[in-house]
Amino acid sequence: MSELPITIGFGGGAELLFDNKKNHPVSLPVKDKAWKIGDLIFWIKDNLLKERPDLFIQDDSVRPGILVLVNDTDWELVDTVNYEIQPNDKIVFISTLHGG
Amino acid sequence: MNDETKIRILQEEIASLKMELKRKEKQLHELRFNKNLKSPCSEDLNTEEIARYSRQMLIPDIGVRGQISLKQSKVLVVGTGGLGCPAALYLAAAGVGEITLIDNDEVDLTNLHRQILHTELDLGIKKVLSAFDTLTSINSNVKIVPVHMHADGTSLQKFLEDNKFTVVIDGTDNVATRYLLNDLCVINDIPLVSGSALQMEGQLTVYNFNKGPCYRCLFPVPPPPETVTSCGDGGVLGVVPGIIGVLEALEAIKIITGISGVLSGRLLIFDGSEATFHNVKLRNKNNNCEVCGIAPIITEPIDYEQFCGAKAHDKVENINILNSDENVDVTDFSHKFKNNQLLLDVRPELEYQMCHLPNSLNIPFSSIQKCKDLNDLETEIMEKCSNEGSCVYVICRRGNDSQRAVCQLKEKFSSLPVKFINIKGGLHAYSKLIDPSFPVY
Ligand SMILES: [Zn+2]
Repeated sequence: MSELPITIGFGGGAELLFDNKKNHPVSLPVKDKAWKIGDLIFWIKDNLLKERPDLFIQDDSVRPGILVLVNDTDWELVDTVNYEIQPNDKIVFISTLHGG
Repeated sequence: MNDETKIRILQEEIASLKMELKRKEKQLHELRFNKNLKSPCSEDLNTEEIARYSRQMLIPDIGVRGQISLKQSKVLVVGTGGLGCPAALYLAAAGVGEITLIDNDEVDLTNLHRQILHTELDLGIKKVLSAFDTLTSINSNVKIVPVHMHADGTSLQKFLEDNKFTVVIDGTDNVATRYLLNDLCVINDIPLVSGSALQMEGQLTVYNFNKGPCYRCLFPVPPPPETVTSCGDGGVLGVVPGIIGVLEALEAIKIITGISGVLSGRLLIFDGSEATFHNVKLRNKNNNCEVCGIAPIITEPIDYEQFCGAKAHDKVENINILNSDENVDVTDFSHKFKNNQLLLDVRPELEYQMCHLPNSLNIPFSSIQKCKDLNDLETEIMEKCSNEGSCVYVICRRGNDSQRAVCQLKEKFSSLPVKFINIKGGLHAYSKLIDPSFPVY
């Protein structure tokens, strides 16, 4: 197996936890089992997150109010944390806005 | 005569002149637009209406039929702020029959960059009345119903029972009211057009439409309150809620006229900084949803402030966490403070750049939390606070973060012979009681 190239995106203010950077092209390291989004969340926590993990992760998933999109589709439609990440996927974590 | 009296007298004079103006405008209007002229070709639209709406009736998707649907529709706009203003503006111009506006706020100077129904002359008056004036002057055919009230469960439920609204537009500014509107729209079977905006980004979707998901299907659990940013704290570029509010009007018009392609089950994400719109597919309606599922648990409004752990408005709640000898009020501070003392301003850098008191040192509260730049502070303290019993005054915008900062600083610098004192009410109080030339934002 080889490295898994994907793009991780943040929006709606979630990027503030990641150095204010919205797009992060990354290569996920080789591992013996398939990469699932559940694994990715922890990889992000260990490798990209700059501060306050509680504002991103809760109970082994993303905190309430963050929507996860896999190639512009709600992750609920692709089995959430169990989705097997494919090469060149774009996975976006978007915080919902409430202001007006 | 002081300025306040002068302002009051002028406001009264202007109000009576406005009444006179309105009377004359009405006369002019009646002479110009004879509303009684029955069109020879339409039962439902008069001659003036056919001319006025001709440009949109020429679109096959709308036509005469769509225009009549608009005229027969009733739309509820909750919030006449950055989203509600542009939404209501286009709905009124498009000829929606009746628009009800709910808001319990008054017009403030910090609203005018985005809340485009209100003018400089409206400062201090109820937003719904200011919005009423603007909307009526654009289209007097539309019945505008201004309701100055806080959108709470009981009053809003009664309101929705008494009126059969075709669509509800969410132009609110807080999570609790968003859940409230969602639940009430599901219970009363009304589509909800929901928009939101912050800084350079906006989001838009339609809930509870044509078997699509509702807000709770997407977000069964509210976000932790500390992750929610208001426009007053995070800031917002006026055009961003402008764009989202206008799109809310578009979705409402599509629902009313039966145009397909309503943004249900999809979320539109606008990023103004990159000029991108992302249209993403959302999950289906959740059959186990607590409000719109097969066996709903929520069949009437609940306590939304308790559910969200946050108030149903976007104003800041004041805290009081220090001992009384750790506080000073702005009047005492202004007498006691000397230039050789240390004044620490803990607001974010951008706010400090907008306005600050002379001879103050800026170390944002977020840096203090992360123990960043504390060496600078220690150097300053050693330099300025050499005497036994000297103190560092700590100030922020409203006097809340400064209290939190005092709590952290007194622990972090417990070895230094210095006392940290919070300035009560912060720069807002300073502007109000000491120096009105200091901007309130
Ligand atoms: Zn639902």
